[in-house]
Amino acid sequence: MVYFLQQTLNALQLGSLYALIALGYTMVYGILRLINFAHGDLFMVGAFAAFGIAAWLGWPFVPTLLLSMAAVAALGVLIERLAYKPLRQAPKMSAVITALGVGIFLEHLMLVFNPYPRHMPELMPVHLWTVGRLSLSSHQVLIIGLSLVLMLILDWVVMRTKLGLAMRAIAWNGRIVPLMGVPVNRVISATFAMGAALGAAAGTLYAMAYPVIDPYMGVLVGWKAFIAAVVGGIGNVRGAVLGGFILAGVEIGVAAFLPTTYRDFISFGLLLVLLVVRPHGLLGRPRLEKV
Amino acid sequence: MSAKPPLLEVKDLAVSYGSLRAVKGISLEVHEGEIVTLMGANGAGKSSILSALSGLTPFQGTVRFDGQDLRRVPADRIVALGMAHVPEGRGIFGDLTVRENLRLATWIRHDREGIRADTERVLDRFPRLRDRLEQPGGTLSGGEQQMLAVARALMSRAKLLLLDEPSMGLSPVLVREIFGILQEINRQGVTLLLVEQNANMALRIASRGYVLETGQVAFSGASGDLRSDPRVRKAYLGG
Ligand SMILES: Nc1ncnc2c1ncn2[C@@H]1O[C@H](COP(=O)(O)OP(=O)(O)OP(=O)(O)O)[C@@H](O)[C@H]1O
Ligand SMILES: [Mg+2]
Repeated sequence: MVYFLQQTLNALQLGSLYALIALGYTMVYGILRLINFAHGDLFMVGAFAAFGIAAWLGWPFVPTLLLSMAAVAALGVLIERLAYKPLRQAPKMSAVITALGVGIFLEHLMLVFNPYPRHMPELMPVHLWTVGRLSLSSHQVLIIGLSLVLMLILDWVVMRTKLGLAMRAIAWNGRIVPLMGVPVNRVISATFAMGAALGAAAGTLYAMAYPVIDPYMGVLVGWKAFIAAVVGGIGNVRGAVLGGFILAGVEIGVAAFLPTTYRDFISFGLLLVLLVVRPHGLLGRPRLEKV
Repeated sequence: MSAKPPLLEVKDLAVSYGSLRAVKGISLEVHEGEIVTLMGANGAGKSSILSALSGLTPFQGTVRFDGQDLRRVPADRIVALGMAHVPEGRGIFGDLTVRENLRLATWIRHDREGIRADTERVLDRFPRLRDRLEQPGGTLSGGEQQMLAVARALMSRAKLLLLDEPSMGLSPVLVREIFGILQEINRQGVTLLLVEQNANMALRIASRGYVLETGQVAFSGASGDLRSDPRVRKAYLGG
């Protein structure tokens, strides 16, 4: 029982991180039908930004997190403007391949400055609480709690604000959204900024929990978060969160019973089966065709 | 005394899609307070003209609206100038609720109280929408979607409405209802440019009309003259 609770906590921590990253994939896909394969690398840049701020400026957690999020948000917007926007009328495949290229570019740019893995300094002291044999760290609480807050804020933006309305309208039929007086390019920039900022938050938290970071850290995590988004129903914000937690649950569940080398093989296999059963993902639905 | 310049003045407007010339230099005017109709067969270029006017499609020629040259003005700024385009097929955002569809159209406005009052006004005008405020737009019937599309255009406080075939796919009763509402809106000071294939209905409420054939204006004039013109009767009014 204690073991089960312990693993659940671990799954919630990992799931929160997957969910934060998955949101970036799903938001961009929802609005542009573009799979932004550079997004995992934005997560990585977020971790390195936090590392740089903490190591060289010595800032504490909150400003480090905020600056990392702001910097990566700006980077996300810049990438969209320079790399994706010129391809908006081109076949989708061109933009997807460009995204892959941008990702590789970011990895290798980071590699120039960080040829060896970096050790993340401690942004805040870790407390460990033990209840019986169950142990809970303050980092776990922070990661799960902060992720939850960020997801609730995002959900509020998407469901309740005019910006969110515009994002959902573009997802439905972007061509006519300008007729509502909405500057579509600005909404797209805002979408990239929000997705990138969430990715950077995940990167910062990830680096706190798993403090050795390297320029390739975003590759596998990025793929996993992307798959989480697909499992949840890509384009669907709540689906991305659900997918993130499911993927983490499956991974931790598999690792609890089987050698860790089986983990990705089995968890990805299960997800593939799930996609065969529900091709639009858990919360995705084939859209009601417009008239 | 010089007459007031037209609210909308279009000169030699041309629209091309690749090598296809869909609109080949048309000119038209719409004065404040008028209902003007633009008629023509399928593929004549009616929707292309409206898209050019509202900034969705690039064009050649000149378009002046309310004294402003619209060349290179992006579509979202054109809305702010007071032109609203109700597109072909209505353009309802299917997974936004009726309320959200209306709210989105107030993007350019920041007068909370005015928005609330206008929402009440359009809901009074279209009571069926009031009963369906929280329903996704995609679940509305065709007629209700058309009402929502017009209501949405009114929410931006437009001076000029461009309407692309509001009668499409609707029963005769509903068409009469919607045209009645359009006339009422016009009486309250909104100018209408009405694209229609239903020439009978359109000429009944419009004061003037243009008939388009393969991207060019074939006839134009007062509604009464067009209705009695044998060529127009033969082609568009069923004999
Ligand atoms: N996006 C586009 N790309 C290429 N060709 C187009 C495009 N839109 C319209 N056309 C072509 O331009 C011509 C005029 O089309 P348009 O939609 O303006 O006609 P319309 O008068 O509105 O017709 P309808 O009554 O059927 O709506 C048609 O030949 C059409 O095939
Ligand atoms: Mg048309």
